[in-house]
Parts: sequence; C-alpha cells; structure tokens
Amino acid sequence: MFGILRTLWLTFLHMGHRRVTVGYPETRPALPPRYRGRIILSRDPDGLERCVACNLCAVACPVDCISLQKAEQDGRWYPEYFRINFSRCIFCGFCEEACPTYAIQLTPDFEMSEYVRPNLVYEKEDLLISGTGKYPDYSFYRVSGVEIPGKDKGEAEREQPPVDVRSLLP
Amino acid sequence: MTPPPLVVIAATLVVLLGLATMLTWVERRLLGLWQDRYGPNRVGPGGLFQAVADGIKILFKQDWIPPFADRPVFVLAPAIGMMTVLLAFGVIPVTALWSIAGDLNVGLLFVFATMGLGVYSVVLAGWASNSKYALLGGMRAAAQMISYEVFMGLSTLGVVMTTGSFSLRDIVQAQAGLWFVIPQCLGFVVFLMAGIAETHRLPFDLPEGENELGAGFHTEYSGMKFGMFFLSEYAGIVLVSALVTTLYLGGWQGPVLPPALWFAAKTGALVCLFILLRAALPRPRYDQLMALGWKILLPLSLLNIVATGAVLLLRAPG
Ligand code: SF4
Ligand code: SF4
Repeated sequence: MFGILRTLWLTFLHMGHRRVTVGYPETRPALPPRYRGRIILSRDPDGLERCVACNLCAVACPVDCISLQKAEQDGRWYPEYFRINFSRCIFCGFCEEACPTYAIQLTPDFEMSEYVRPNLVYEKEDLLISGTGKYPDYSFYRVSGVEIPGKDKGEAEREQPPVDVRSLLP
Repeated sequence: MTPPPLVVIAATLVVLLGLATMLTWVERRLLGLWQDRYGPNRVGPGGLFQAVADGIKILFKQDWIPPFADRPVFVLAPAIGMMTVLLAFGVIPVTALWSIAGDLNVGLLFVFATMGLGVYSVVLAGWASNSKYALLGGMRAAAQMISYEVFMGLSTLGVVMTTGSFSLRDIVQAQAGLWFVIPQCLGFVVFLMAGIAETHRLPFDLPEGENELGAGFHTEYSGMKFGMFFLSEYAGIVLVSALVTTLYLGGWQGPVLPPALWFAAKTGALVCLFILLRAALPRPRYDQLMALGWKILLPLSLLNIVATGAVLLLRAPG
C-alpha cells in the first residue's frame, strides 16, 4: 500500500526532472567520431584510392551488401566499381574492421533517408571522398612489399631488401 | 434561470467529445512529462493538434469488419459503449442549474444503471469478434466490471445515507459545510478504485492487457470503431472523475471562482490523477485483481456502510 503511494509520489516528482529526449531536428545529437554511420571510401595521403579491391569487406559483411570488381593498373589494384546497398547495410562496422588498408570507414552521419529505394545504392563516386578519413598518415603501398612503379621490392618503409634465396652468401 | 435543455445537451456533447479527443493528447503529454520525455509535440503548438491529426488518420483508415465476425453485434458494440457513457452524463450536475436531466431524484442509480450497461459494449465486442483473445478480454471485462460494480454502488451508500437522497444535486448541496471526502474517506478510496476498474483503465486494464491478449476486446477493431472505443474510454474517465467530484469533492462548490470552473478544476485534477496512476503503477495479475475486489474492497465498503449507519443512528435525535 505504501509502496504504491510512494511510487505515485516519485513518479509525480519526475515532473521536475530534465527530459532525456533530444529534440532531434532542432537540437542535433553529439556524435562521437567513431560513430557508425554512412560509409565512405578514403584516399591515401597522396590522393590515390586506398581500396585495393581485396574483397575482404564484402566477405565480412554479414548482410552481403557490398559488391565490387577488381581492376589493375600499373601493378596497383583498385576497384572497377564499388557498390554498397545501404538499404541492407546494418552499420555493424565489420567491413571497416576487415579492411587491411583503412579504405572503407564509417562516419558520424546518419541522415541518408531517400524516398526511392534504389537511391540507397551508393556507387563508388558517391562513396569516395577526397581525404584520408580517420587515419591521416596511412598509405598501404608505402608500407607493403608490393611492387609498384616508383617503388621496387624492399623499398617500402621499415622493409629490408629482399634476400636472394638461391645464394649461399651471407 | 435554467438554460434551455437543448443548449445544455448540445454544449455537453460538444464539450465532452472535444474533451475526450483532447484527452488523448493530454494523456500522452502528461505520461511523457512523468517519464522524462516529451510525448507528441510536433503538430501545432506543443503538439496540440495531435488529436486532430489522429482523428483524421483514423477516419481515413479502412473500416474493416473481419469476415468471421458477427456483423450487427460487431458494429453495435462500440456504439453501446459511447452511448452509455454519454447517457450517464445526463444527470451529472455541473452547476446547480446546469444538468441535462435536471434534478433526477434517482440520479445516482441512473448513473450506475447506465455504467452497468456499459459492460455490454465490451462483452459484445469480445464475443462478436469471434477470436479467442477478444473473447478472453471480453470475459475478463465482464467478471471485472460486474464484481467491481457491486461495491462501487455499496461504497457510495455512505454518501447516500448521510444525504438521505439519491439525487446528485442534493448530494452536492449536502456538502456545503464539509466535503464528503473527509467523513467518507474509506468510501472515497473504494469508489475511486472501483471507478478505475469500471473504466478499465491502467492499472486495471486487464480486458485489454496488451502483453497477454494482444489488445483484448478490441483486438479485431480498426478505424473509427476502434476510435469509438477509445473515445468512450476517455469519456468514461471524465465521467468517473465528474462523479467522484460530485459525490466526494463537493461538486461545484468552492469559494471565489464561478461554480462551473470549480467543477471543471476538480474533475480535471482527478483526470490527471488517473493518468498519474497509469504512469506509475504496473498491472496486477488477474486473480490479484479479483481477490482485491472481493476480499478487501467489498468488506471495506460494507464496513463503511456499517460505520456510517452507526454514526447516523447515534447522531439521530431521540
Ligand atoms: S557496416 Fe556491416 S552491413 Fe554495412 S557494409 Fe559494412 S559490413 Fe556490411
Ligand atoms: S574497402 Fe578495404 S576490405 Fe574492401 S575491398 Fe577495398 S581494401 Fe579490401
């Protein structure tokens, strides 16, 4: 009985409490930088596409909403097309975790409503940004051992020249 | 001067239906307030036109009658609900002069009679829907409302005995010195709880019982028929609040302000109490509800009658 009255009283007191609702369109919520929103493809510090079309993100995606095709130019791999179907994406961030080159990144933007469903399929032009996203200094080809024009094997950062395995000399 | 009856009828109808509609908004805003959120605040200033928007939406919904339902009864049920509530308002004295039926000498009995008929609305709705959840809801409503009606009547007997009249106007006039809520506090509490059960509002909304019965007796209803149930529920809240005001809180009486305003203020406060109850309390189990009714509230109301009778006898001259 007193429990009931106390409940009533405490509920009544909530009249003076601050409301927790964020009145969204007027006051915008503070989104942390690592918020999982709209997906982008970033570029490396030299302004080249980071994505190497390894397909790891497409494999990791639990809802299979990433589709891409590999193309090659001067020893560099890049996606010929890169398509994300945002009407299926669940914004889990697995693609970002799977990506070996920090190319695919989720951003704190969620305002991507559309009236027509096909408009939610983003092509590479829609995804690609001109900056580096969350990782300003990273460039995959500078640290990897892949051979590209202007950088031979063994010339990457923190990399030693390749060992000639057929030679017995130290 | 008594206003002409047609004016009173029209005014009551308009005010009541408007009030019942607005209450949907008031309730949601108040619930929001007590739960640290906003509630509807988009349509119009402070969301004031939310009720209008809901009304338009519900009018344009497909008015669907399930093929397995008993058509005539299915259509009739919501109308009965609305009708009984409106009928009961006929005898509520808003001020000394302002009531539709004038001064009916069995006013209180009339209210109970119409409220008793209100059960039919719920039971028939549950029956005509021809689906098990609706039927369960209807059956619960029948048991709940009939058992709570018993001591709803009994709890007011104290008031009637003290006044010596069933006329609501006499009852209000008898409270000129002291509101009945003080000498009849037991009856007041019992009546209030019975009133909540009677309007099947939370925490006694077992006929609806969303988490076990879908939506109870109105599971199969949609469109404006559902809207009718909804409106009659809110009108029922206003009715019970007005009744409590009349019986226990001195009706229109109060200093300074005009009588109608006093009546409105008291009724409004009670409506807010109804909403607060909804915001704060969980729903009891069904057997708990029945046990509370028969094992606690019924003896309490009998005790109230005996005590009131004893006091009256002792006070009686000679
Ligand atoms: S966030 Fe998850 S669902 Fe969306 S594209 Fe990446 S892996 Fe797929
Ligand atoms: S975005 Fe990353 S994981 Fe996906 S294909 Fe390109 S490099 Fe591979």
